Amino acid sequence: MDLSFVILVEMLYAVATLVLISAGLAVVFGMMKVINLAHGEFMMMGGYATITAVNFGVNIFVAMLIIAPIAVGLIGLLVERLVIRHLYGRLIDTMLATWGLSLLFVGLATMIFGNTTTGISTPIPGFTVGNYQVNGYNFFIIVISIMLIAGMLAVLKGTRAGLIARGTMQRSDMASALGYSPDRIYMATFFCGSALSGLAGAVLAPLVGLVPTSGVAYIAKAFITVVAGGPALIAGLISSAASFGIINQVFAFAVSPVIGDVALFVTAIVLLRLMPQGITSRFFKGKL
Amino acid sequence: MQGSAGKDYLTIIVFGAALIWLLPMVENTYTLTILIIYGMLGLSLGLIWGFGGILCFGQGAFFGLGAYTYAIAAINFGESTVPMLLAVIIPAIFAAILGAMMFYGRLTEVYLGVITLVVTLILFKFINSTAGPQYVIGDARLGGYNGIPGFQTLNVPGDPGAYLWGDSYYYVCAVALLLVYLLVTWLLRSSFGRIALGIRENETRISLMGYDVAARKTVLFAIGAAIAGLAGALFASWGEIVTPTLFSMAQSAEIIIWCIVGGLGTRFGPILGAAGLAYMKFLLGQQSLVDNTLITGLILVLFVLFLPKGIVPALARFYRAVLGNGSPGKRKNTHRIRRATNG
Repeated sequence: MDLSFVILVEMLYAVATLVLISAGLAVVFGMMKVINLAHGEFMMMGGYATITAVNFGVNIFVAMLIIAPIAVGLIGLLVERLVIRHLYGRLIDTMLATWGLSLLFVGLATMIFGNTTTGISTPIPGFTVGNYQVNGYNFFIIVISIMLIAGMLAVLKGTRAGLIARGTMQRSDMASALGYSPDRIYMATFFCGSALSGLAGAVLAPLVGLVPTSGVAYIAKAFITVVAGGPALIAGLISSAASFGIINQVFAFAVSPVIGDVALFVTAIVLLRLMPQGITSRFFKGKL
Repeated sequence: MQGSAGKDYLTIIVFGAALIWLLPMVENTYTLTILIIYGMLGLSLGLIWGFGGILCFGQGAFFGLGAYTYAIAAINFGESTVPMLLAVIIPAIFAAILGAMMFYGRLTEVYLGVITLVVTLILFKFINSTAGPQYVIGDARLGGYNGIPGFQTLNVPGDPGAYLWGDSYYYVCAVALLLVYLLVTWLLRSSFGRIALGIRENETRISLMGYDVAARKTVLFAIGAAIAGLAGALFASWGEIVTPTLFSMAQSAEIIIWCIVGGLGTRFGPILGAAGLAYMKFLLGQQSLVDNTLITGLILVLFVLFLPKGIVPALARFYRAVLGNGSPGKRKNTHRIRRATNG
């Protein structure tokens, strides 16, 4: 009984982490069709922003939920204006340029923070269930990712800004004929995507020892989650995060964490081979 | 056609031989050897990406696979000829299986990138986790993140005591690169190469003409992997140790950068890009003011934005502009066709 509860929490936590690390990329890739290979580094910078802010005496929740997203969002804005703006529609070139950016940010972080592990302690204490110790912070991550999904859904479906953004991504010429500036809307969407990446990096920062190359660990998982999700943004995110998260945990419990990761990647390859357009091209068609 | 082909090969051999002879006067052969090996690695991606339109994000995987195959086989056999052959064959077989899965699945360019990237990551993770004593192949322990040291380096075939090292190893690698270059030139001149170019330009059209596009792409992908595997084996023999960093993302990223900077759709561009950037990295490594990764990243971004065709095509254009239209013989070089599939 206790064990099954712990395993359930671990599964939910794995799914929530995948949702969290993929949300920013889902907006940037899923909506804007920009393959941001610097996504992991955006997360890494979110983590560093949090740690720096905490070291300056800011409350950790303020640092994670407000400072980090804004800081990374602004960096994203800069990147969009200087680099990505010139490459819209050139898929492979964007991929290469953002890979360059990712290396650049790693180098920058190494110069500023040094090639050492930094970290902060988790702000929420653990508790015990029967004979097992459960990390209280895991619940925080589950709650945050549920709120994130709800928030994204609300903004995209419920607000005028979300409607305009979705419309522009579908037909930018039509949007501009109706008097909206696609240039500005792309800029704003990229800001939001980067901010989400920053938030994810910040929230995960207390769980990992942060090094400048931390981003690499996220990018592949985020990428395959979004790609396997397919065209529907949120339904795809949830369905692929759920399938990958559960498979990862099952193998991690049954064999070892490394095999869990390998199982996740192998599943991704098989899934893409069977459904090259992603899960939501076959199920949940036409959903958001 | 036949006459000009012969002239082309002769030019390559003469230039190659001159370079092999002249370069040791400028730099020591130990450094040159690694530049040549990287050049070969660059050429392997330059072939499949520049001429086949297959963007592989995990060319480093084949390089690493070649190096590991060589190291493991060299420990088990105690000589280097069979391991060398295995290091070419095994990555090629691996690539053929992977390629068949991807190309017969009709995956688009982006998904291809994702899958090759993920496969590289799996290998990286797996090799990194093999530190325990239970991971052995024959007499060779995989060694996890410590890698495999202390294997037999390259020797004269049939005489395991006669090591090839120092200057002679440089000449072996240089001649190997020259042979690979000639092979690639021959391949691109053959009908297989022409059709590969056609597939790059318009895949649907070539498939409607009745060619089996997926099979041809798979074969090309495997050839690229074989060249990368050979480079890996030479690298293992040069470094005398193989480590999981060969499989790392940074390694694969670098190969792509070499191709972009040198110039896609040329044979010499990726070699020049690889050797040039590796040499620059070597020089930069001697200072500690600016981080190396930062510069690599900056170069990639700047090239994608301002010179997406790379150095060699830009120089070729400049050369033609200065000399007017150039000789009619230059015109038929199909590899200078602008890449229509660039976007």
